[in-house]
Amino acid sequence: MSKKEWPLWEVFIRSKQGLSHKHVGSLRAADEQMAIENARDVYTRRSEGISIWVVASANVFASDPNEADSLYEPANSKVYRHPTFYDVPDGIEHM
Amino acid sequence: MEKALFEYLLRLGDDSLILGHRLSEWCGHGPILEEDIALTNLSLDLIGQATSFLDYAGKVEGKGRSEDDLAFLRFDKDYRNLLLVERPNGDFGVTIMRQFLFDAYRKPLFERLVHSSDETIAAIAAKSLKETKYHLKHSSEWVIRLGDGTEESHERIQEALNDLWKYAAEIFYEDEVDATLKEAGVLPNMETLRADWEEIVYSVLKEATLETPDNNWKQEGGRKGLHTEHLGYILAELQYMQRAYPNMEW
Repeated sequence: MSKKEWPLWEVFIRSKQGLSHKHVGSLRAADEQMAIENARDVYTRRSEGISIWVVASANVFASDPNEADSLYEPANSKVYRHPTFYDVPDGIEHM
Repeated sequence: MEKALFEYLLRLGDDSLILGHRLSEWCGHGPILEEDIALTNLSLDLIGQATSFLDYAGKVEGKGRSEDDLAFLRFDKDYRNLLLVERPNGDFGVTIMRQFLFDAYRKPLFERLVHSSDETIAAIAAKSLKETKYHLKHSSEWVIRLGDGTEESHERIQEALNDLWKYAAEIFYEDEVDATLKEAGVLPNMETLRADWEEIVYSVLKEATLETPDNNWKQEGGRKGLHTEHLGYILAELQYMQRAYPNMEW
């Protein structure tokens, strides 16, 4: 018997209220069809969603955590990019 | 008429109950985590259907028996399930083939029962049909994967098919119960049910590169309460708690 494992898939679920698919976890499946069905069985048992995306984990290219300093640190010193310097006129609610 | 309806509801309910119990035996033993959950999902769907059918059966009978009384306190000869669904789980291929032969019957059956003149049956069938469509999709795809898979998976699922084939004929068992209910409009036209089943089964087996067994020996009896030795063991486990601690709840 082959001991080879099935490929890994990342699962994204869109909930009834949600506008976008959110990453919920991963699972193993032989192909995309089985991945969808497994995701349905594993991740939507409690009515979590109404739409499923699966993406082969091998196709996900991620940023390198070791580069976090150079990638994300520079933004921390640029507070002016947040729209927090405007004076909100009186009478404007929900801001 | 009430008697025939009660009998027919037991057939529907017991098929779901016993197969649901069989699938629950896979809990914690599935070949992979995902499939373990899938099989127990099917089990829960089936036990839910059994609850609905047996609840209604109890009401039709009018002797105050609840769905739990019917599920847990009858003797083996009072069960009306197909012999097919009480067959042991065997390996994964056997379980999948048993499921497939059953789903291929249940889907077209429920498609007809939604037109039943009996509103309760029609409503339960409508709910169950959604579940059953998925069951059939799941089991069909596995039959194809295993049949058209490796040499070993092909051989094993072919063996499963050869063994289970003799139990498949009972699916189309009919007697005066069916005749009475047809006359009353509770059962819609079932003439093409077998043709629908064959169409599903043969097309999937073909894609799975499996050979239809050429033996035509029929093993039946479940609909009349004559079961194989396996049902007793199922009931022993299923009924133990209610027999040992009557009326217990948790």
